[in-house]
Amino acid sequence: MAEVIVVTSGKGGVGKTTSSAALGTGLALKGYRTVVVDFDVGLRNLDLIMGCERRVVYDLVNVVKQEANLNQALIKDKRLEELYILPASQTRDKDALDIDGVARVIEELKAANFDYIICDSPAGIEKGALMALYFADRAIVVTNPEVSSVRDSDRILGILASKSKRAEEKLEPIREHLLVTRYSPSRVERGDMLALSDIEELLAIPLLGVIPESLAVLRASNSGIPVTFDQESDAGQAYLDAVDRFLGHKVPLRFVNTKKRTLLQRLFKAKEGATA
Amino acid sequence: MSWIDLFRNKKRNTAATAKERLQIVISHERTRQSQPDLITAMQAEILSIIAKYLGIPNDKIQEQVKVDVERRGEHSVLELNITLPESAHNKVLPKETAAEEA
Ligand SMILES: Nc1ncnc2c1ncn2[C@@H]1O[C@H](COP(=O)(O)OP(=O)(O)O)[C@@H](O)[C@H]1O
Ligand SMILES: [Mg+2]
Repeated sequence: MAEVIVVTSGKGGVGKTTSSAALGTGLALKGYRTVVVDFDVGLRNLDLIMGCERRVVYDLVNVVKQEANLNQALIKDKRLEELYILPASQTRDKDALDIDGVARVIEELKAANFDYIICDSPAGIEKGALMALYFADRAIVVTNPEVSSVRDSDRILGILASKSKRAEEKLEPIREHLLVTRYSPSRVERGDMLALSDIEELLAIPLLGVIPESLAVLRASNSGIPVTFDQESDAGQAYLDAVDRFLGHKVPLRFVNTKKRTLLQRLFKAKEGATA
Repeated sequence: MSWIDLFRNKKRNTAATAKERLQIVISHERTRQSQPDLITAMQAEILSIIAKYLGIPNDKIQEQVKVDVERRGEHSVLELNITLPESAHNKVLPKETAAEEA
């Protein structure tokens, strides 16, 4: 049975699209049939991050408005058999989506045998963001170690608990997961950045993973290859760990402490990802 | 893993790759801005022309005739793929000459 996952945050620019692409890729790498849906109507970017921007013909709005069918709009990833992208429209606005239309698209995706339907939410708490989260079974709340991001995440948790379909129909609540991104252990150590433990305490939802601030993310976006493919990088590994936890496995946290190298390691200049 | 190799090749100067990709996508979007829903408008018009010539009622056209628009490869090439239903084909043929190109 397909699960609908919203990747959300309230605040913009915290890493929702990066995470949607990376987690979707990770799930597909594990063999799950996965589609990543861009709900950021008017500001589509998932296509760029996933490297399929030149293959977009139809988009989510076309399917919602029945101007194209789902198969025409779905873009199959060139690298992974089980990975698909449903791009957002670049020319319309968020009001082009309506809840019945989105419901139909989600049902069609479920009927198309996807295991995971990942909804990349736009920023804000208005219509676009509500559409993205409304049908969710699980929510990945993307948070940066920074005051406004944490507050906005808390706000979004309130909305998940009151304005989603599961909330309105008094079903079992959405399963919430905290994903801390752009984490910089050295800044935390210096006392310049909120620590993981602070964020966990404030938001009080289970931790899915911590993605370090990483050059690999920038390079991945530049190239249109989700960072999960870069399995040598810190961020790529952190996203794969998060995918494992999402699937119910116990995986120890990595990249949350500054690297204290032993004398031996220093001598051999241990080749590891740089700490920002 | 081969994915790692794929990544390594592009790692050399990813900023240059980024610029190239953006130039293509932005220029494409700018030309489309004046005609926001060019493709859907075109599709609807093509469908209505087919409907007109084949005598298919407008509300039935979607299920009887398929128009696929595709963009492929390095260039912005649009490919129209029109499949005529059996019955329509028979209807067109008696008019002799015009039938072939459909
Ligand atoms: N772990 C990370 N390390 C470094 N930069 C990151 C990381 N995660 C995201 N970014 C950068 O942050 C910016 C916003 O990311 P994006 O995924 O577009 O956020 P959102 O979808 O929430 O608006 C992008 O420039 C992206 O490259
Ligand atoms: Mg985004």
